[in-house]
Amino acid sequence: MRPRDPRPKVPVTIDGDDAEAFEGETILDLARRVGVPIPTLCYLDGLSVHGGCRLCSVEVDGDPRLQLACATPVGQDMDIRTNSFELREHRRRIVELLFAEGNHVCATCVSSGACELQDLAVETEVDHIHYELSHANEGIDASHPKYVLDRDRCVRCTRCVRVCAEVEGASVWEMAERGGNSRLVAEMDVPWGDASSCTWCGKCVLVCPTGALSFKGRAIGEMRHDPDVIAFLAQARAEEEWVHPSDEEVSL
Amino acid sequence: MAAPIDLDDVVKAEREARSRFVKRALVCTSTACVTAGALPVRDQISKTIHDAERPDICVVSTGCPGMCSRGPLVRVEERGDQTTIYTHVDEDGAGDIARDHLLTGKPVDNVPTMAPDLPFFTRQVRVVLETAGRIDPDRLEDYVGEGGYRALARVITEMAPEQVVEEILLSRLRGRGGAGYPTGRKWALLAEAEGDPKYLVANGDEGDPGAFMDRTIMDSDPHRVIEGMAIAAYATGATKGYAYVRAEYPLAIERMERAIRAAKRAKLLGRNVLGTTFSFDLEVRVGAGAFVCGEETALMASIEGRRGLPVLRPPYPTEKGLWGQPTMINNVETLANVPAILNHGHEWFANLGTETSSGTKVFALAGSLEDTGLIEVPMGITLRELVFDLAGGIANGREFKAAQTGGPSGGCIPARFLDTPVDYEHLRDLGSIMGSGGMVVMDDTVKMPEVARFYMEFCRDESCGKCAPCRVGTEKMYAFLDRICRGVGRARDLAHLESLCRTVRATSLCGLGQSAPNPVFSTLEHFRDEYLDLLVEEEEVNGATA
Repeated sequence: MRPRDPRPKVPVTIDGDDAEAFEGETILDLARRVGVPIPTLCYLDGLSVHGGCRLCSVEVDGDPRLQLACATPVGQDMDIRTNSFELREHRRRIVELLFAEGNHVCATCVSSGACELQDLAVETEVDHIHYELSHANEGIDASHPKYVLDRDRCVRCTRCVRVCAEVEGASVWEMAERGGNSRLVAEMDVPWGDASSCTWCGKCVLVCPTGALSFKGRAIGEMRHDPDVIAFLAQARAEEEWVHPSDEEVSL
Repeated sequence: MAAPIDLDDVVKAEREARSRFVKRALVCTSTACVTAGALPVRDQISKTIHDAERPDICVVSTGCPGMCSRGPLVRVEERGDQTTIYTHVDEDGAGDIARDHLLTGKPVDNVPTMAPDLPFFTRQVRVVLETAGRIDPDRLEDYVGEGGYRALARVITEMAPEQVVEEILLSRLRGRGGAGYPTGRKWALLAEAEGDPKYLVANGDEGDPGAFMDRTIMDSDPHRVIEGMAIAAYATGATKGYAYVRAEYPLAIERMERAIRAAKRAKLLGRNVLGTTFSFDLEVRVGAGAFVCGEETALMASIEGRRGLPVLRPPYPTEKGLWGQPTMINNVETLANVPAILNHGHEWFANLGTETSSGTKVFALAGSLEDTGLIEVPMGITLRELVFDLAGGIANGREFKAAQTGGPSGGCIPARFLDTPVDYEHLRDLGSIMGSGGMVVMDDTVKMPEVARFYMEFCRDESCGKCAPCRVGTEKMYAFLDRICRGVGRARDLAHLESLCRTVRATSLCGLGQSAPNPVFSTLEHFRDEYLDLLVEEEEVNGATA
């Protein structure tokens, strides 16, 4: 038996159902705990909140603006709606925009079948891209001995940037330029293989939601990411408890 | 250590100096006139006067008197209140003005003039711009001579900080940067915030196309901004301030920096202001060319030396701002209102303007107008008065079509709303916003979908790229608008454009994305027919290359 969580609870409503939320937890924490699905992309357990993909936007009664589930703490008597028609339409359009921005051709992608963007397309019922395709043509950076970066598959979620800075402490990655020109760069925009600060740890590859970062040598559909390992690492460090709950050996 | 400035002595000395001059030539050296060639004009006049050895004639480099479309402007003031304003002055004209008018007293007739009692001038109520155009922005003494820094001196010796906050609250001053948040409430938040140090920021990152209010305030009367900041710092407990000015405003940066140095020397800034226990340090921070840095969280990142990206609020800057400390960001024009409110009292200010929008507003008039430039009018003035009385109507005898307010976050107001009072609420109800005060007036030759495309192109180029709806959405909205404007758009393009506009407005992270669809919404609301006229039937497209 797990000990009872000592945090005080507040009553809330989520999608019409009564629920008890812990004070200070986010709407997303609550939704996941009580089994309400809210789509996310840039959010990752164990990393700081970015708030860039906007997919977890939810409606809070009395607030004219949408709130981000990943960043908004639950408040007393909050009435939260996660799945209105309008929200579903917004999410579908955002996913379509992401598809239009990059070259997300699943049939030629290493991550097909294990891609969060692909899953989101299914979840948000995308059956068409209604927007002009950008035909991204950044090319591939294969200069690193172990990993490959395909910027045309990048969704700018910055998970790699955050995991490298916050967990590995190497800060190899950063976003350069702005708007539609914003792109992931290693150090001062050098080829990844020349980035001397890279420790080859591979955490950026593990957390990438798409096929933008992958292990070298993977063929179509063979790449498997493992973003959940970051949450384990963060918790293990916080609690100094290094045994994985599944009792399996963790290898990076 | 130098002693603090004695304001009374300076006022007296300035008055005496002024009484020695029989004539004064005021040459506008604000950005617009400098661009039109004001500096050689000033130098020509100065040299002629200097060579003639006439210490009773004074040449002043002033800030902006307002009518930028007729610059360079030279105003000749003679004893007995006789004033002549020369317009479009070039170097030859400057020589004539100096030789004939200034030295021999014979007005020049080969340089165009304008009457100083044009409605453009007489219909204005100048609070923020009270001394702009009349004083040398590079001379602290000029500002003090006109009553400058008196409010600060009184506030820090006679008033408790809470009283100052109360005064601003009662004046009902609202933020002039665009959103119109009550300034006094913001001050109270910072005053109540726990933390040391607290920071104060003047937002001079004005970036809307066609807007130049803050630039002019800073390059024409920098000490007014500094005095407003110092008062705000005293009221809120801030000890360090930043004037954040965009790099595209070199003259404003130079004059703000010079003014800060002069104010420090005079002990109007720095440690123990005017010998009291109040201390406030101030420096200029220069932006690096991103529109989004006008957004307060991105602005703070930029001041800290980081990439200028907006972050989620809350926490609001007054809770957790620069380097995690309580921080307040006020627009330049908002701060420039502060000295006058404390000099004349909150009732005086609240009685200017309307019930919900007190005071005056500075507008940058641009577009198809007879006269363009900078004006300051009471809130609640109608659009018709602005366009037809002050600015002299539409240029080239064309018809008024629309006025665009609020820049890329605003909207277009059509002719049938010309009698609407200009204040925060009325403009919002029309689907536009007050914004920072840019007003672009368009005549009947302008096509509204192209206006929407222009502003969308601006937003697309200025999106920081952090959030998906704004980064990709502005690009795709632009693509739809471009198709429609090029005459290859179909009904479904318009439908997708509208639905995408709704999503970008609802889901974007910061104001840039949330308001980027506004020009599309407002032009569709008032000029939908123009869009429909541009659409082609499905069959037509199938045969053509779209």
